[in-house]
Amino acid sequence: MALSNRDELRVQTQVGSGSGSSLLTYLPYLLAGAFFGLVAIRSEIASWYRIYEMFRFESFHMYGVIGSAVLTALLSLWLLQRLGIRSRNGEPLRVRPADPGPYRYRYVLGGVVFGLGWGLVGACPGPIYALLGSGYAGAAVILLGALLGTYVYGLVQQRLPH
Amino acid sequence: MEWLTQPWPWHVAGPLIGLIVPLLLLIGNRRFGISSSLRHACAALGSRLPFFQYNWRAESWNLAFVLGIVLGGFVAGVLLFNPNPVQLNPQTVGALQQMGLSADSGFLPRELFSWQAVLNPAGFLFLLLGGFLIGFGARWAAGCTSGHAITGLATLQLPSLLATLGFFVGGLVAAHFILPWALFWLR
Repeated sequence: MALSNRDELRVQTQVGSGSGSSLLTYLPYLLAGAFFGLVAIRSEIASWYRIYEMFRFESFHMYGVIGSAVLTALLSLWLLQRLGIRSRNGEPLRVRPADPGPYRYRYVLGGVVFGLGWGLVGACPGPIYALLGSGYAGAAVILLGALLGTYVYGLVQQRLPH
Repeated sequence: MEWLTQPWPWHVAGPLIGLIVPLLLLIGNRRFGISSSLRHACAALGSRLPFFQYNWRAESWNLAFVLGIVLGGFVAGVLLFNPNPVQLNPQTVGALQQMGLSADSGFLPRELFSWQAVLNPAGFLFLLLGGFLIGFGARWAAGCTSGHAITGLATLQLPSLLATLGFFVGGLVAAHFILPWALFWLR
């Protein structure tokens, strides 16, 4: 199925405020990221060991983290929308779908490929960045691989089932 | 301030991570998702493929966000370094030993992540290939753990449920079947 660029980014670039060039525009995102990085290391979700333990079903830790994160996000979004709170730029809060297209296969197939990598090197993209900051050389190699994988997806996208 | 260097339990860490979803929406109606940064990086590096032809500058908040993650990782992993090994289930420790991995290396197993391991061609290839699958799979699935397993599930999006199931199937296959074989080959 040809994608003809009808993918994730179409909607994404329409939502959200125009890109300001001021450094102050980026500061809140930088701080939010730093907060995530700190939590990723302190909660050990960035530890290869915790991921391996999770896939062996020998610890509740990762399931607890993901489950309570989903529940917190769900409840807080419901509350914010109920209170009619808007984004800083005045828009109503809105979470676009990952991809507006009618695709189904891509989630399962791409998901499994992603999972294979996750199970081997024990880090998803967030933790890769956090581990890089912690100074682990291996994280730089994983990041390089992830960039290559992203690029090659762009290369062969039209030939993959979606 | 000891809590800053000690491991945080899931019931503290999970809600904190979950709050990033509304936080990014409040800051600028942005969707919490990390793997998109890899696409923006390819676009910013000047790839000419159609997949990377879009206004990545309009998405540069995402690059600021991941730069922040690196900073947070530095603060937590270097400035507030915790030297204690991760406390694992004894059964996991047994399985690690069977595969020839140490359980007392600290945050990551040294057999896979130390400089020695990274500079060994087979070790380098292992990490590179793992990263490749992550990057390739994340774009194919239009998101990773943050975008699908957290943001997508929290907004009840069916595609994200499919992707999350896929993540787990792939991870189970990797951890139970491929990893023992790969480690045997690595040594």
